[in-house]
Amino acid sequence: MLDSKIPSGALENKWNDYKGHCKLVNPANKRKLEIIVVGTGLAGASAAASLGELGYKVKAFCFQDSPRRAHSIAAQGGINAAKNYQNDGDSIFRLFYDTVKGGDYRAREANVHRLAEVSVNIIDQCVAQGVPFAREYGGLLNNRSFGGTQVKRTFYAAGQTGQQLLIGAYQALERQVALGNVKMYNRHEMLDVVIIDGKARGIICRNLVNGELERHFGHAVLLCTGGYGNVFYLSTNAMGSNVTAIWKAHKKGAYFGNPCFTQIHPTCIPVTGDHQSKLTLMSESLRNDGRIWVPKKLNETRKANDIPEEERDYYLERRYPAFGNLVPRDVASRAAKERCDAGYGVGTTKQAVYLDFKYNLINKYGKAEANKHGIENPDEETLIRLGKEVVKEEYGNLFDMYEKITGENPYEVPMRIYPAVHYTMGGLWVDYELMTTVKGLYCLGEANFSDHGANRLGASALMQGLADGYFVIPYTIGNYLADEIATKPIPTSHEAFAHTEKTVADRINSLMGIKGKQSVESFHKRLGKIMWEKCGMARNEQGLKEAITEIQQLNKEFWSDLRIPGETNEMNPELDKAGRVADFIELGELMCMDALNRNESCGGHFREESQTEEGEAKRDDANYAYVSSWEYKTESNWEMHKEPLQFEVAKPSQRSYK
Amino acid sequence: MEHNNINLILKVWKQKNAESRGSFETFEVNDISTEMSFLEMFDVLNERLIAEGKEPIAFDHDCREGICGMCSMYINGRPHGPWHGTTTCQLHMRAFKDGDTIVVEPWRAKAFPVIKDLIVDRTAFDRIIQAGGYISVNTGVTIDGNAIPVEKENADKAFAAAACIGCGACVAACKNSSALLFVSAKVAHLALLPQGAPERKERALNMVAQMDKEGFGACTNTGACEAVCPKEISIENIARLNKEYALAGFSSDK
Repeated sequence: MLDSKIPSGALENKWNDYKGHCKLVNPANKRKLEIIVVGTGLAGASAAASLGELGYKVKAFCFQDSPRRAHSIAAQGGINAAKNYQNDGDSIFRLFYDTVKGGDYRAREANVHRLAEVSVNIIDQCVAQGVPFAREYGGLLNNRSFGGTQVKRTFYAAGQTGQQLLIGAYQALERQVALGNVKMYNRHEMLDVVIIDGKARGIICRNLVNGELERHFGHAVLLCTGGYGNVFYLSTNAMGSNVTAIWKAHKKGAYFGNPCFTQIHPTCIPVTGDHQSKLTLMSESLRNDGRIWVPKKLNETRKANDIPEEERDYYLERRYPAFGNLVPRDVASRAAKERCDAGYGVGTTKQAVYLDFKYNLINKYGKAEANKHGIENPDEETLIRLGKEVVKEEYGNLFDMYEKITGENPYEVPMRIYPAVHYTMGGLWVDYELMTTVKGLYCLGEANFSDHGANRLGASALMQGLADGYFVIPYTIGNYLADEIATKPIPTSHEAFAHTEKTVADRINSLMGIKGKQSVESFHKRLGKIMWEKCGMARNEQGLKEAITEIQQLNKEFWSDLRIPGETNEMNPELDKAGRVADFIELGELMCMDALNRNESCGGHFREESQTEEGEAKRDDANYAYVSSWEYKTESNWEMHKEPLQFEVAKPSQRSYK
Repeated sequence: MEHNNINLILKVWKQKNAESRGSFETFEVNDISTEMSFLEMFDVLNERLIAEGKEPIAFDHDCREGICGMCSMYINGRPHGPWHGTTTCQLHMRAFKDGDTIVVEPWRAKAFPVIKDLIVDRTAFDRIIQAGGYISVNTGVTIDGNAIPVEKENADKAFAAAACIGCGACVAACKNSSALLFVSAKVAHLALLPQGAPERKERALNMVAQMDKEGFGACTNTGACEAVCPKEISIENIARLNKEYALAGFSSDK
């Protein structure tokens, strides 16, 4: 039976009560306790730094050449916090409520409320570290608005918020490395968890420079390894982002929560051809100032700027007048797909819609600037020039990036955008303390399933990663480690380490021994195609059943015809990739099973069988108000456990943004 | 956007590992769409090499959207290639013409030893940050974010300096392999903020000392670093560092 360990009492008191009553480890004992942190993004770096500061002995691991490369760095738009600096009615309760509603009532109330509570501390912490957030002329912090909310609560640093937050956490981490509290292992990839007497006690990892396997002991292990969107091959994730660490943990007994909950982000640069290796996001913050439209006419051939105003269909403003271009991501993505499927798409592939800044360039920014400069009756050209300067400051790097990739200037012509896989709400199941179903094994940040339900709101991923690492785990891990102070470090000569290392080595040898004909990349692309077509933006029973068969088939082919060049005992990026793709294939099957089981539409999960007459998602609270938590049994065989979700404060209603 | 396909000749540095000697190898790549990124062109080549039973070319890369700082190719004598303010991963094949020969090397600097092919070891940068590239504040501060106002102009300058992605192009471009643009960007970022003031002297002294220890060269103000920086970090930061360093040298007790 799953025990989420949610504290009793009123929602707004749970976290305070927990902190007041959880067990503590005294400073002398902390020095005797070792903690392994895998992954150094916002969750991992903030956890490793904070735990090091507390006096624990920490070892941190990342597969990149430096912890500063982790993919949190690519987050553009911002980070939410219930500061109410804008005096526009924000509060902890509203952030909590927006997040639960935005997640389509598939997240745990207690976790989300805690997230909203600590959100304000995160901003204070980051400012103290020197994170250069955007500021007003008065020197105070600035905010912008994001999708799914009606207040301005998003803190930002131009279009590089993730970078600045990660560098803040990275610097805190490096400070602990310098002090000797954290030992950092770059270019190391975790390949298995070591479990002794039912508790996680270490990891086996591969040194990616020389190929050697290493054993590392820890009294507890934290997995902070990010999301698994790369199962779709094309996504906005970094090329190296992978599921391997949490998948190995899953196969060792950690349940996987809501694996099918995937976020398809509405505003990404469209695919251009088969050579495409990844997709690039254009921040949701652009929807503050950009208007999304397609031509009203089928098979329109005119260029965007030649299509007159009255022949443009601003379909989000038309369908959702209350939220307009700022509807949540899942809603905006489906609406784009609907228009393109109906034949109104633009660009050479017709799989794109316009994101147009001209209106606000002139009317919002241009006019304000003209007013500021005392220019009366400015002409359009002047307004555009003035507006451009402001837009450049807000989003300059995004506009430049768009131009480099597409060769088009978005100040002059509207951007072409299309939805792409961006984030995975699913992940390892964790309880209130962020512990998985394996004792002593924790999971933080995007890698866990906990806070975003079936759809994550914009600017909430950074918030959750840092909440988990800075403000949650330092408390909850003590509650576990307090009972471990008598446990002496277990030598890595222990048979559990030897045995686990052998299974890892055997798997690597099997992969290298296939000596077939097809490259890792070609398998990954084929997996991605199956997932995108049958487990992507819209899913149905028949497609999912087909996908499961196709993935099983692909798995067989992978293990009989894979070709990996090079050797095991050297730097071998193809081998690194092969291990990750092997895990993605297994994960793909589980995602399809989960999507098949959940015969309702909620958030990013859209089952075609479950929609309203207007084509909106139809949730089924009577049958599916639970977290599906999957236990690995044997190959292609899982048992599902349900964690029922109770909503005592945010009562579920059909989500409406109309 | 209009596009076409081009044929190219690549001369790429191949080196088995840190110990072995490297050399250039020549590859023909044909039918490359100008819509591809530079790294996607390498993907195409690597897939072909694998199909031919050969070893692919190893190169560092991750986010492929110009922000992680992992990609690092020295292309036709210029870090990150011909486009201004652009990382290798954001360089697109529109930058080249049919029939071009492109020479690709790793970053060359004593402090960045080659690991394999185009991959170098940049952990020296991490150690420079460890020497003082932070504000000493533990998790759990309770002072409100807005209790520390920052003049907008300084906040903007600090942000511009903090935009550094730690890729190392500045070192690769410098004839002395100096890391001063990298070091100065961090020193300036933190010195421009009131939060960073208490440690500014020690920070400047310690980071520069670590830079010297790592084997990076001295700065002779040629500005090559600024010219190739994909994030357009200004050498004004170096001037600021020099000021910080001088002030610290005169007034520090250490």
